[in-house]
Amino acid sequence: MSQNQSEIRYLTPPAVEIKKVKYCRFKKNRIKYIDYKDPEFLKKFLNDQGKILPRRVTGNSLKYQRKLATAIKRARHIALLPYVTDLLK
Amino acid sequence: MINNYETVFIATPVLSETQMKEAVDKIKSIITKNKGEIVGEENWGLRKLAYPIQKKSTGFYYLIEFKSEGTLVEKLETDYKRDERIIRFMTVKMDKYAVEYSEKRRNKKVTEEPVKEE
Repeated sequence: MSQNQSEIRYLTPPAVEIKKVKYCRFKKNRIKYIDYKDPEFLKKFLNDQGKILPRRVTGNSLKYQRKLATAIKRARHIALLPYVTDLLK
Repeated sequence: MINNYETVFIATPVLSETQMKEAVDKIKSIITKNKGEIVGEENWGLRKLAYPIQKKSTGFYYLIEFKSEGTLVEKLETDYKRDERIIRFMTVKMDKYAVEYSEKRRNKKVTEEPVKEE
C-alpha cells in the first residue's frame, strides 16, 4: 500500500513558491526622512486606486511605514497625491 | 524655543503674477516682522492639482522654510485663513532629519543648476 503512495506522480510538479526575502527599503538605503513633497517616490507605495499599500506587501518596517503614511497624508492634503483615483499609474 | 518650520501654500491660478508676488511677500513679511528668520524658499509655480480645490484644477505652489518661535505659526495660519487668494496651506514642524534633508536638497539644487533663490 505505501509502495503505491510513493508511486504517485503529479501531472504538474507542485509549485513550491520560492520565498522572496522582503526588506525594508528605508533601513537598507538608510533613508532617514521621507519627504512629502515629491509624489513620484510616494507613488511607489500606493496601489492604482491611490490607497496606501500594507506593510506585508511593501515589506517596510513599522517605524518607516508610519512615517510613510503621514508623508502620504500630507501630500494628499496639499493636492500632490489624489485621495482616490481610478488609474494612478 | 526656536523651531524649524516648513510651510507650503497654494494660491488660486486666476490671479496674475504680480498678485501672486504680493501674496508671497505678505506671507514673508509676517514671518520676518515677528522675529522669524526665513531659511529658504522655493517657487514651484503653476502646477496641476491632483484633485480640484474650489473648482480649480491648477494652483501656484510656494514653499517657505523658516526658523521661529512656536507662537508665530498661529499668527501665520490666521492670516492664511483670512487671505482668500490662498486656497490651501500646510505648516509642518521639521525634525532634525527633515532639516538635514532640506539642507542637502538646497545644496544639491544650487550645484545642479544655479537657480537663483529669490
